[in-house]
Amino acid sequence: MKTIEEIKAAIEAAVPGAGVEVVVNPSPCAQHSLRLDPDSALAVARFLRDDPELALDFLSNVTGVDWPDREISEKVKVARTVAKTVDGVEQQVEETVDEIRKRVEPGCLEAVYHLYSVVRKHGPVVIRMRTGNRTDRVELPSLTPVWRSGEFQEREIFDLFGIVFNGHPDLRRILMWDNFKDHPMRRDYVEPDDYEYEPTAHDAVLAKAQAHRAAAQAGAKGQEGAGAAQ
Amino acid sequence: MTASFKSPAEPKLNNLDLAPSSEPGISGDLLEVAMGPHHPSTHGVFRMDIVLDGERVIRLKPVFGYLHRNHEKIAENITYIASMPYTDRLDYICSLTNNWAYALAVEKLVGLEVPERAEYLRIILGELTRFQNHASTIGFLIQEMGASGTPLMYAFREREKILDLFESLTGSRMMCNYMRFGGCRVDPSAEWLDQVRKVVAGLPAFTDEIDRLLTSNEILMARTQGIGILPPDLAVNAGITGPMLRASGVNYDIRKIDSYGIYNRFTFRVPLGERGDVYDRYMIRLLEMRESIRILEQALKNVPGGPIVDPKSKIRGFRPKPGEAYGRIEAPKGELGFYLISDGGPNPYRYRVRPPSLVNLTILEDMCLGAAVADVVIIFGSVDIVLGEVDR
Amino acid sequence: MFGEGILKGLAETAKNFFGSYVSADRLTTVEYPEKRLEPIEAARVFPFLVYDGGDWQAGLRCVACQICEKECPPKCIYIEKSKDKKPDAVGKMQFYPTRFDIDVSVCMSCQICVEVCPFDAIKMDKLFELATDDRFGGLILDRGMLAKSNQYFHGIHPTEAAEVDARLTAERAKSAAKAGAPAAKDAGRPQPPPPGEK
Repeated sequence: MKTIEEIKAAIEAAVPGAGVEVVVNPSPCAQHSLRLDPDSALAVARFLRDDPELALDFLSNVTGVDWPDREISEKVKVARTVAKTVDGVEQQVEETVDEIRKRVEPGCLEAVYHLYSVVRKHGPVVIRMRTGNRTDRVELPSLTPVWRSGEFQEREIFDLFGIVFNGHPDLRRILMWDNFKDHPMRRDYVEPDDYEYEPTAHDAVLAKAQAHRAAAQAGAKGQEGAGAAQ
Repeated sequence: MTASFKSPAEPKLNNLDLAPSSEPGISGDLLEVAMGPHHPSTHGVFRMDIVLDGERVIRLKPVFGYLHRNHEKIAENITYIASMPYTDRLDYICSLTNNWAYALAVEKLVGLEVPERAEYLRIILGELTRFQNHASTIGFLIQEMGASGTPLMYAFREREKILDLFESLTGSRMMCNYMRFGGCRVDPSAEWLDQVRKVVAGLPAFTDEIDRLLTSNEILMARTQGIGILPPDLAVNAGITGPMLRASGVNYDIRKIDSYGIYNRFTFRVPLGERGDVYDRYMIRLLEMRESIRILEQALKNVPGGPIVDPKSKIRGFRPKPGEAYGRIEAPKGELGFYLISDGGPNPYRYRVRPPSLVNLTILEDMCLGAAVADVVIIFGSVDIVLGEVDR
Repeated sequence: MFGEGILKGLAETAKNFFGSYVSADRLTTVEYPEKRLEPIEAARVFPFLVYDGGDWQAGLRCVACQICEKECPPKCIYIEKSKDKKPDAVGKMQFYPTRFDIDVSVCMSCQICVEVCPFDAIKMDKLFELATDDRFGGLILDRGMLAKSNQYFHGIHPTEAAEVDARLTAERAKSAAKAGAPAAKDAGRPQPPPPGEK
């Protein structure tokens, strides 16, 4: 099988202007991946499937990964002028100071595809795409028109991560019910506190459930006057 | 939560802009039927929204999620080893192959070596699992054709012997929780291996029995031949794996392709179907059971001694270095893969199960279009799914 | 001939039907409450706490390190650590659990707690007939209900218990020797033999 660099070169030769980037995987299995530009992803996917040498005709696994916004604090050396009193005279002195800068690395959602070849019996080739951010630019092109095995798996990503796949034939929730809000696999998902009463060894769960019930009862009383008898 | 939620397209099922009745002499409305979630043929809680024109299916949409408990989210909040017993509950018929797939993915992520003896044990347990899965699948499939009980009970009698072996080794019949990263949990005694040899010696008689009982049965042939045909190119494109794919004539068995574990040391054949109908799927399972026996006989001949777990593997304080890995095996139902991303912490950053059962249902509608309702039941049965794995 | 396959199949069922009168191998079911299968040594149901000696409160091996609580996949263990210490089996001062609850309605019998325990304090029990009419309280086992003697452990898992005992005896002898060594150097006279187990 071609190495990841050769595949990248082949893609760039076949699909002009395709933004392909190699993502190195440091683990011992060394399954490196290619990050595709969403705009040209569909053309690249078609090439990967139809190219006689690669013939990646089997899309095995599709999954999403959530990368939330990260706050990174780093030490930077900064040169700045400070007013200082040297030998009794006030002067402007240049001086390097350590400064801790905080910046927020914007998060994104990522879709990862594992491709194999049934004809050539090789693989995996891993391709990934990133959305613009996690809130309003969450669209990616669907690769289901190229490989149908993405149909349910992309629906699952849409359901659990909230990536909207453009061009998917039937994009709706698959595991959660249709009017469910939010996406449970995101890392900042807050689980509901309305557990059914289940006293466990963990009092935290019980306390949470009781607080929820109290709030719900208070709300019901306020609205109806009579309140829910329970 | 500020994520914009784009309202999905309305399910197409509700707009019945479909062709009028195709049956000559019958005019009438299309009928929408919800088959499931509590339907005996659906092997659990699974629903098919079917649009019927007379007795013919003209649209079928599977509805999932009744057994969804977000296994992946649970796994991301607990340590690596703590997910191992949860994998038992994915495809609860074949817990040992689930363990194996997860262990394999972690071994790829960390770079652990599995000792020889553990590899042999994994092969033995994996093939026993495959055998009992195929036996009960055939039993259930025939049950859904109306042969209530007989073949299923024969299959269960055989499965019982295998489950007894699992129980005496791992302590549990179905939730085995046996494999560990870089090996296995308990070292079997020589008596246990003798017991396995005894059971395996009796398995060919069972496959012959099923063969005589069913293969040339005219009713079975009439019900299954030419039903639910899956063309090979569609099967590959839709990511179908396992006996389903091979019944369509595509030679793709991960045991041969990846030769994970030590499968390359054993001689076995990959049975292939010709037409890709339900009968072929039945036959493939029967033939694979025979091949499993062959592998078992070879593996049981010389189980080496030695340790059963990599000394580098540790159970407390297991923190893989950052990276990711995708490990897959040929589970009895198809390709079972685990995709892990580690950020160096004690819990996986991302944990994904690639369930064969879910992906194999992609083409359920294609196979059922034009079939009668009674055939939907057996086409669905021939896919061989477990809802614990579909919904996770 | 049409129908041949069906006849062949029927012959097979007939063979099984009559075979079940002669071959015990064909009858795999056991009429449970009256007849019971032989207990399997590897069987695991729910965990219990092992104690040495005769008094469970004094001999509990658990030192409330809370590893099992952290590692438990369904999080069914709840431990409260003691403020004070008391001597363990070899006389070393250790913490002990003032509260140790296992919610067996949540426990999934996976044995992870047994594997992670560095003190061999928690092991798997075999009792499975635990039905109760109190769904909430009756299924939370506290440390008194969980504590079972080492003899009981030997009774249900003889091989494993023998291994554990051998290992613990060796470890305790080693730690006793280590504790005795500096004293021996200073005193310059033979030490009394290390205290035996129990």
